[in-house]
Amino acid sequence: MNLYVPIVVLGALALLFAVGSVIMGSFTGPKRWNRARLEAYECGIEPTPQPVGGGRFPVKYYLTAMLFIVFDIEIIFLYPWAVAFDHMGLFGLVEMVLFIVTVLIAYAYVWRRGGLEWD
Amino acid sequence: MSETHVLAEGATLNSFGHDPWWIIGLKALVVFVFLLLTVLITVWAERRIIGRMQLRPGPNRAGPFGILQALFDGIKGALKEDIVPRGVDKVVFFLAPILAAAPAMVSFSVIPWGGVVSIGGHKTPLQLADLPVAVLLPLAMASIGVYGFVLAGWSSMSPYALLGGLRSSAQVISYEIAMGLSFVAVFLFSGTLSTSEIVAAQAHGTAFKVAGMTLHTPSWYAVLLLPSFIIYIFTMMGESGRIPFDLPEGEGELVAGYHTEYSSLKFMMFYLAEYVNMTTLSALCTTLFLGGYRAPWPITWFWSGANSGWWPVLWFLIKIWMFTFFFIWLRAALPRVRYDQLMKLGWKVLIPVSLGWILFVSVVRALRNEHHDVGPIMIVAAIIVVLLLIASFLWERVSASEAQPEEAEAAAEQDPMAGGFPVPPLDAPHYHGVGNGRAPNSAEATRA
Repeated sequence: MNLYVPIVVLGALALLFAVGSVIMGSFTGPKRWNRARLEAYECGIEPTPQPVGGGRFPVKYYLTAMLFIVFDIEIIFLYPWAVAFDHMGLFGLVEMVLFIVTVLIAYAYVWRRGGLEWD
Repeated sequence: MSETHVLAEGATLNSFGHDPWWIIGLKALVVFVFLLLTVLITVWAERRIIGRMQLRPGPNRAGPFGILQALFDGIKGALKEDIVPRGVDKVVFFLAPILAAAPAMVSFSVIPWGGVVSIGGHKTPLQLADLPVAVLLPLAMASIGVYGFVLAGWSSMSPYALLGGLRSSAQVISYEIAMGLSFVAVFLFSGTLSTSEIVAAQAHGTAFKVAGMTLHTPSWYAVLLLPSFIIYIFTMMGESGRIPFDLPEGEGELVAGYHTEYSSLKFMMFYLAEYVNMTTLSALCTTLFLGGYRAPWPITWFWSGANSGWWPVLWFLIKIWMFTFFFIWLRAALPRVRYDQLMKLGWKVLIPVSLGWILFVSVVRALRNEHHDVGPIMIVAAIIVVLLLIASFLWERVSASEAQPEEAEAAAEQDPMAGGFPVPPLDAPHYHGVGNGRAPNSAEATRA
């Protein structure tokens, strides 16, 4: 557990700095009320109305996020395999080639169905 | 110089976890101050270097050579009004800059600066912390940092900010896959995820004898695993969100992206996060591919003490500044890519190439471990790579020639001079589908 203590210390320092800066920013600056200043940035027109919690956005971003999960899990499997590679011999190699090929089939399917197109 | 002597001064995982509390505090403080100073100097250096590259002086008034420019910009930022626009989600709006800046700094704790030195009588490695899974920490922190950008865009209640946040998240996660894959070959060779031991693994190449002389193969993974290194360079650009991949803040389309609505010190936090990320990515690249804090080869050849004591810090700083300069140079030299090009590079080029490379490296290494001759494998792999390149080139040509008549047909369909007046194309493709015209596919469907 000792190994993690320095990371927590640096994390606390960074957090303190960030929180302190954000809070300090609201005190150090001037406060001049101005109606136009409180509007969202737009070119002089009324900003597009958005419901609280964000508006609608293209579904492509969801798709990208879901594909990310698939490949991220693949990476998670690859790391321990890579570290222990020299101890496993040919068995480890064959197992992982099978796994990578399986994921590549899914990848080819997504590509073929246009999941990787972006326009 | 004997092998044991060199290894004795380099840190391993066992050197960690024995520091007294004051050394931990001191090292954490040094890393923290180093990151802040590096950001200040990088901002100044970037403006000066880009200025020079564009044949103008750059900022040169504040302090000698203008070096205090970034500091004064920071002070000025703090004295600006902190605007919270109407209708923003207040809690998240305050939380987002913190979530962007704090994790960016934490990543740096696993970066090794040097071997073991003695501070106040204690032998301690020049590295804040090391874990058996150290390399996972920067990856995890990069993922948490994305929350900062997404939430900033989401809470701002502005279309520009929302799109910037979404673009940023999609870009960072897409490039994180290729980045994660580019590390696999390094772990395969080093057999560990601990950063200090990865540096130690790059200390010496394998020895071989030629004409009575003992020579070493290159030990840096940037040389041994060149394709991994190149893939990492691409993903490093993508992760940092800078030119040529600065789509999240493409000012031509999105004003300033996710931080459009931010001002004062909150904006500064995003700015800080970007530059800290740049430094961390450079340091990670140095550690994994360029032999970390170890002196480059020609220096160790005539100076055996180059890797002892505090000297490694110098080599480390030189290496990360090389990458920082590279970042700045690219910003001066390259235009911004389109978002579909960015995604195409990430998903259709970098990921398959890195998977193929991992397969190749693992096969070669497994056969070498079993003492097989890897020569034929190399030749077969080279032939396969060449065939694949030719095939993909031909495929691009064929699909391009297929696509062309279609475009010509579409152009012929609409009369550019309808009724004697020039008319813009009415079914031009809308990227991202925002504002909703018809997407190009639906236009085709209606025609059919």
